[in-house]
Amino acid sequence: MTVLIIVLCIILITIVLVQIGKVTELTAQIKGEREVMRDSSKWNGYLSVGFLVVFLLAVFISAWEYKNQMLGYGPHTSASEHGASLDSLFDVTLIFTGIVFVLTHIALFWFAYKYRWSENRKAEFISHDNRLEVVWTAIPAVVMTLLVVRGLDTWNTAMADVAPGEDFIEIEATAQQFNWIIRYPGPDGKLGTRDYKLTTSNNQVGQDFTDRKNWDDVLVGQEMYLPVGKKVRVRIIAKDVLHNFYLPQFRVKMDAVPGMPTYFVFTPVKTTAEYRNELRKYPEYNEPYDPADPTGPKRWEKFEYELACAELCGKGHYSMKRILRVVSQEEFDAWYKKEPSYYVSQIRGKDDDPNKGKILDIDPAEVPAAVPVEEPAK
Amino acid sequence: MANAVTAVETLEEKLTQELGYDDHFHEHHHGDKYQSNFLTTYIFSTDHKMIGRQFLMTGIFWAIMGAAMSIVFRLQLGFPEADMAWLRPILGKWIQVNEAGIGKLDPEFYYSLVTIHGTVLVFFVLTAGLSGTFSNLLIPLQIGARDMASPLLNAFSYWFFFLASVVMFLSLFLSTGPFSGGWTAYPPLSALPQASEGSGAGMTMWIVAMAMFIVSALLGGINYVTTVLNLRTKGMNLWRMPLTIWAFFVTAILGILSFPVLLSGVLLLMFDRSMGTSFYLSEIVVGGQILDRVGGSPILFQHLFWFLGHPEVYIIILPAMGIVSEVLSVNARKPIFGYRAMVLSILAIGFLSFIVWAHHMFMSGVNPFISNFFVVFTLIIAVPSAVKVFNWISTVYASNFRFNAASLFSVGFVSMFISGGLTGIFLGNSAIDIQLHDTYFVVAHFHIVMGIAAFFGMFAGIYHWFPKMFGRFMNETLGKVHFWGTMIGAYAIFWPMHYTGMAGMPRRYYDGGASFDAFRHFTELNQFITVAAIVVFFLQLVFVINFFYSIFSGRKMTVKNPWGANTLEWTTPIHTGHGNWPGNIPTVQRWSYDYGKDGEEFIPQYVPLKEGEHDHGGH
Repeated sequence: MTVLIIVLCIILITIVLVQIGKVTELTAQIKGEREVMRDSSKWNGYLSVGFLVVFLLAVFISAWEYKNQMLGYGPHTSASEHGASLDSLFDVTLIFTGIVFVLTHIALFWFAYKYRWSENRKAEFISHDNRLEVVWTAIPAVVMTLLVVRGLDTWNTAMADVAPGEDFIEIEATAQQFNWIIRYPGPDGKLGTRDYKLTTSNNQVGQDFTDRKNWDDVLVGQEMYLPVGKKVRVRIIAKDVLHNFYLPQFRVKMDAVPGMPTYFVFTPVKTTAEYRNELRKYPEYNEPYDPADPTGPKRWEKFEYELACAELCGKGHYSMKRILRVVSQEEFDAWYKKEPSYYVSQIRGKDDDPNKGKILDIDPAEVPAAVPVEEPAK
Repeated sequence: MANAVTAVETLEEKLTQELGYDDHFHEHHHGDKYQSNFLTTYIFSTDHKMIGRQFLMTGIFWAIMGAAMSIVFRLQLGFPEADMAWLRPILGKWIQVNEAGIGKLDPEFYYSLVTIHGTVLVFFVLTAGLSGTFSNLLIPLQIGARDMASPLLNAFSYWFFFLASVVMFLSLFLSTGPFSGGWTAYPPLSALPQASEGSGAGMTMWIVAMAMFIVSALLGGINYVTTVLNLRTKGMNLWRMPLTIWAFFVTAILGILSFPVLLSGVLLLMFDRSMGTSFYLSEIVVGGQILDRVGGSPILFQHLFWFLGHPEVYIIILPAMGIVSEVLSVNARKPIFGYRAMVLSILAIGFLSFIVWAHHMFMSGVNPFISNFFVVFTLIIAVPSAVKVFNWISTVYASNFRFNAASLFSVGFVSMFISGGLTGIFLGNSAIDIQLHDTYFVVAHFHIVMGIAAFFGMFAGIYHWFPKMFGRFMNETLGKVHFWGTMIGAYAIFWPMHYTGMAGMPRRYYDGGASFDAFRHFTELNQFITVAAIVVFFLQLVFVINFFYSIFSGRKMTVKNPWGANTLEWTTPIHTGHGNWPGNIPTVQRWSYDYGKDGEEFIPQYVPLKEGEHDHGGH
């Protein structure tokens, strides 16, 4: 039935359009070619100017309406150290391109209107103008040079790995269809070795439990925590297909590649609570979080940093979400302490524990930072 | 007017008689052995004009298919709660109806739609439908050749494209669905049937279709390059060629150099899929199964893919640029501004397109140091692009600008190219790309700059050369309605995506980001985009109906050169037969842009230079 209606509609539209076509052809014949061209010139000239005005207005009004989505503006500021420089580069680019956009559009549509066809006008024979062409080759070249220099400076700072001797915390994000496994190094501050061949349903990231650095490693639940002001290096790993570790508020994005660990280093500068407080100033964040519950908590109160996947990874790509809480160092320590070692809580003493029946020389939940060199017997 | 036209045509005949090149061509009035029956004339033709039209028809078919797919996934994004059960007669099991009778689009099929939409629009419509159509139609006609260098290879080029189309079309009906891993087909997703249903038979058919498509593109490209280099008529030196020919020529070279790389890329992918090799696979655990593939790199595929993929976007946009340059100049009644700068820009863009591919891969895990070079080369492209834009605008300046559907679409092209090109400056700068990579900002950018812009170039070409293709005109009023509606509608669809992109909304999210607090507050915007997309889709019916109706019943062409253009295609008879010119081939005496020179409205290319007259193309 629906299909029939659609087919009938299309047939009807076709007939109408064909009739319009025939009528306009006939009027054109009656009016004569010159008259038709005069009309067309007039109307399309007006339409050009009309379009120019409406389009530029729509651009400015919509930009004003959505100004809070601009990077580095209003509620949409970066929560990481490197993010601010990236945001300001965005704004500089926006200013330059905005000027070019407006000027070229005015020129294009205004010239089309101003020099619209008329019997009395003669086009000028201008084939080229070397001086003008040099000028408008040079201007973009200079602007591009400025943007490139600033861009590369920002890029190389943002992408720099940790320097030797620097204080940082290293965590590991393993992506799989369709969720994230986040591993913290535990008290020793070091992530244990892994081998994808050791992966089982009980050992999702393939930790090698003969490596004592693994004994205290923590696999965290739905929420992960990071201390504010501390450099974090995320080791990014994919088990099956490409994924992407994406923290929108932190301007962090890096593919997870099977067989090739990648990383991203960043420093959170705003705690979740601080970010919420900033959002509080904006009316859209004072709307109820759940539209069905108008008296419930407001959007800013429920705000959380989110981890998303930004590389197509299959049919559940859109659902790879994790919550990230940035807290003070004290709160972080308190949380970290409570998180149990995966080895101790899930593996130790079970059938798949390679150290089953062995007496360990250190407390597996408290592996010291300086791990004894001696390897446990295999 | 009529007298003037007749006078011009008589002059043309006289000059062709006197100066034309006699290659002892014999016209066969009742069709020669190559065009004697329906089958050889319309189906297995070796005539470049017919092959061009075949490319165009197939391109239009795929454009409608691709656009219809986009409507289905836009419905999902704009109205995720809506009942889609009414689509069941068409989409069958891909609409899952729950107990309450509410039909939902299957997520796997959503990704198939996105993937096939991208693949067919990039390759089948904007490569084959655009470059295939106009290179075939215009190269021999504008350079003064009887046909392509090898008409037979040319026909093969179309038929490989046709086969590719058939295979791709059939893959839509597989029970596991067509390929669903994105048009970029990144492994391991595309290599592992365990990871996605579409990566099974759907991907195999995708690879087969793409391989045949690449063969088609190469056969066509070799022919275009050879024809341009060897078959130009007397006097048509390179600096007298219209910009259309320059654009098609460079496009063909880009295709020849880059498509084989994609072919090798997908062949290695095929080995990984079916022969147990590990070119792209390493350390994979999928669905609980540990694969013993080690040592490969998914990044390798990305390099191979984008080594084609980036030139590919210029393969799409250059022909549109060439068409727009020609159409703007003819309708401005004024030479294209800075012809040599335009040619040099085309060459510069063509060259640079080969050393910027990794700007698609800033966030893919390649060494960040390498990205420095790709940022520099990428942003350099802004310079020749800006030169082209300024030159188009200057062409309109101080002109006598005729508004018709073709010239309007050319103006629209310039607007789209500016809007979409400028956002490229954000994305090409790797630092900003950290945030914008794979968000809707990218979707807005490439749809405007190479999707809509290339379509506008294609429309400009169709409206302008329709009389040459079919001996009739398309309806102007409907053409203008088509333009203004599409112009407004296309911006309405893609402009808002910049805002969602800035907010960080990732592309390829089946639920439009509903599960993320950061992305889910764009319901109204998403609905607006979807409504605009539906309106624009139905507006294209105005074009399709106008096109097919005009083929059979449009206003007849009564003069050879209706637009008053200088190029050689308008010296061929209204119903151009096999071999293009019935007698001598006209020889070329000047460049193709003498509009408004010395008080003459236009001076066609076959008119000899007056004594002491300066040829602007030859200096």
